[in-house]
Amino acid sequence: MGKFTPRQIALYVVVLVALIAFPLVVKGTFPTHVMIMFFMFAMMGVAWNLLGGYAAMFSFGQAAFFGIGAYTSTILLMNYHVNPWIGLVVGGILAALTGAAIGIPCSNLRGHYFAIASIAFAEIVRICFNNWKFVGAAEGLSLPLLPESLGNFMFHSTKVPYYYIMLAFLVLSIFICWYITVNRGGFYLRAIKESHELAKGMGISFVRYRLYAIMVSAFLTAMAGTFYAQYILYLDPESVLILPISVQVVLVAMLGGAGTIMGPVIGAVILIPLSEYTRVWLGTKGTGVDMMLYGVLIMLISAYQPKGVWGLLTAIGKRAK
Amino acid sequence: MSDAACLEVQGITKRFGGLIANEDVSFTVNQGEILSIIGPNGAGKSTLFNCITGFYRPNAGRIFFRGKDITQHSAHKICKLGVARTFQVVQVISDMTVLENVMTGTYLRTYNRRDVREKAEEILRFTGLYEKRDTLGPDLTIADKKRLEVSMALGTQPTLLMLDEAMAGLTPVELREMMALIRKIRENGVTLIIVEHVMEAVMELSDRVVVINSGRKIVEGVPAEIVRNPEVIQAYLGDRYHA
Amino acid sequence: MSEQLIQQLVNGLLIGFLYSLIAIGLTMIWGVMNIINFAHGDFLMLSMFISFWLYTLYGLDPIFSIPICTGLLFLLGLLIYKYLVSKVMTGPALAQLVVTFGVSIFIANAAVLLWTPDFKMIEKPLLTGTWSFGTIQLSIPKAVASAGSVLVSLALFLFLRKSKTGKAILATEMNRNSALLMGVNTDRVNALSFAIGSSLVGIAGAFLSMYYYIYPGVGGTFGLISFCIVALGGFGSIEGAFIAGILIGIVQTLGGYFFDPAYKYAIVFAMYLVTVWIRPQGLLGW
Repeated sequence: MGKFTPRQIALYVVVLVALIAFPLVVKGTFPTHVMIMFFMFAMMGVAWNLLGGYAAMFSFGQAAFFGIGAYTSTILLMNYHVNPWIGLVVGGILAALTGAAIGIPCSNLRGHYFAIASIAFAEIVRICFNNWKFVGAAEGLSLPLLPESLGNFMFHSTKVPYYYIMLAFLVLSIFICWYITVNRGGFYLRAIKESHELAKGMGISFVRYRLYAIMVSAFLTAMAGTFYAQYILYLDPESVLILPISVQVVLVAMLGGAGTIMGPVIGAVILIPLSEYTRVWLGTKGTGVDMMLYGVLIMLISAYQPKGVWGLLTAIGKRAK
Repeated sequence: MSDAACLEVQGITKRFGGLIANEDVSFTVNQGEILSIIGPNGAGKSTLFNCITGFYRPNAGRIFFRGKDITQHSAHKICKLGVARTFQVVQVISDMTVLENVMTGTYLRTYNRRDVREKAEEILRFTGLYEKRDTLGPDLTIADKKRLEVSMALGTQPTLLMLDEAMAGLTPVELREMMALIRKIRENGVTLIIVEHVMEAVMELSDRVVVINSGRKIVEGVPAEIVRNPEVIQAYLGDRYHA
Repeated sequence: MSEQLIQQLVNGLLIGFLYSLIAIGLTMIWGVMNIINFAHGDFLMLSMFISFWLYTLYGLDPIFSIPICTGLLFLLGLLIYKYLVSKVMTGPALAQLVVTFGVSIFIANAAVLLWTPDFKMIEKPLLTGTWSFGTIQLSIPKAVASAGSVLVSLALFLFLRKSKTGKAILATEMNRNSALLMGVNTDRVNALSFAIGSSLVGIAGAFLSMYYYIYPGVGGTFGLISFCIVALGGFGSIEGAFIAGILIGIVQTLGGYFFDPAYKYAIVFAMYLVTVWIRPQGLLGW
């Protein structure tokens, strides 16, 4: 996994160039929006992968970090006029610390147990935010409108700058996660995934490495949260702290192939446009047909193709040899 | 405490609720020795093993590794200090190749990927698994898996290597190979403690033997003495048999 | 003041018994086949709606819907097991976790589509009113539901210990491979456990429909709470789930009473996290 063949590198470069050229070729706010959402969930999926794909820490609570990131930068902006880019870093740090705080009591939890604990944790966060006046409780917060600029992390006339920012974030997260997993981190996390006992026996402090993974994952997810706030310009608990967001992140990673770096990107490119377009075509009546389709898709993938698209591709690749 | 002592176990007692698994067990392992710990099933060998390697905390007693008190240390710290172990039920990392498994061990001492890889390859050459280095862990035979486990442990550059029933389930040929490997490891300066049931290995490999029964150490000595000791015979075979 | 406290304790106990019943079904499924049915809460919701429609369309009182809800949920459990869950048993752990999520999302949204998100209620059930013991008020439908829950839990307990099928289920729960060696058809045990677990929550749903609001989202919170109860009691332990259900019911009510009712679920989840820290295997888990 660490070695890249020239063909792979060429492929990634081509894709990257295509993505950079996309907004120049395809005009229209909705397609750009869909791509932005795709990048955002791909980033969160990549961040999740560090936990769930590599270390068997199946987090169903990433929405908590997403929300902490979004709310932190927004509150800092609204109340203290702190630049959103600084708010981004602060939000990330806060999310990482929160992750560490919850990670310590959950140090021994794996698989299903960890999943439930993560849901419980995220729900606590949601309920607290929902009742906390300082962060706007259930009414939420509307971001103040700043003059359009990169420095202000806000644009009004066009979505295109957001597109490039999110793409940059995605590439950054892929790089960070790749770097971690291709070095000692990846080996240790996989050892931890195999067995805590084995990890201990090989000199690995599984508690410490699990915390590292949570903190990195939380930081990156919080970054996506700040982006979301600066992009949508409004947040409330029902849009950033809810379980469906966490589930969507897991699905993106799982559909693409958990345990691989690029898997979540593939998963996102399939799921997010599907979700966005079905919501537009079918969901506007509030009937949730788009979600029903989602549910069916999940059932089918889990039951019949659990290794995801990446698994499918590698199987085809093996057969082709 | 002599300078040649690699490990000193003093008065280890371990209780699980009302059950006393180890009671006042003491012995010393000298640098460069191969010490076997034997005893009937349920005697408390594994418990002792886990107390020494930091997987259990003893209720009483102390353990010194090269003069340092490691009694309260956590397992991974003990490994870092130089005590490596294998497991009774062999554990290797499932989605990694043989080489990657060993690299996980060598990563303990270096961060540089190339060094880690080279050291791992060196170890695989030493243990005879080099040709199979790209095989996935689970795809190996039991004997090779055990050899891989030993390789992984060697990756952490131990001064003391502890093997938990490494000979179990091996054919006579595989047994000979494992015993040769153990001798080779000792020749490279590593002290060994092996918990074993396979008497052939115990007799041929050990410099000294410690016998545990019902949680207590009943005798300690060279293999030839142990095998004639009436208490040992009684422990294994019951009262009706004598030397 | 202390009378208020007793009242809260009583309320907590009442909801606790119902929680226990819901959790027992879940823990059984987990114990036997290592699957967390994330759709468990939505099964509860479905059962409540079945009861509601039987009442609205045919005038059938919820008390009499119990057998129908039980039967239908039993069937649903069988179907879900046969076509979905059995397929993931041999797959990666993540798939096992996620497949029932898919079921949950599907059912919850189908309910919204079919019946709208509005809150519904059974207006005039047979059992209404309250008993008064001094200053303590005991809601009759709640009391009957709780008593019923305890009876059903007891019946399940006896079934598992005394009947041949029940013992087969327990054996599989303890050690799947040994059970296989003993000639237990573990696939059938799985299917049966899933179906029984689902039917138990069906009974709970019928009980709950006597006095609770009925709406598509009701499954969500009950579901999550039941996971916490199962984890608290120890995955796979029926007794554990029973005790934990009562505990959580009391903690929730007292928590809402002493602190802000809006935070009552947060308190439950926090208590779960604390327990899992101190004792990861739950109260009675192994």
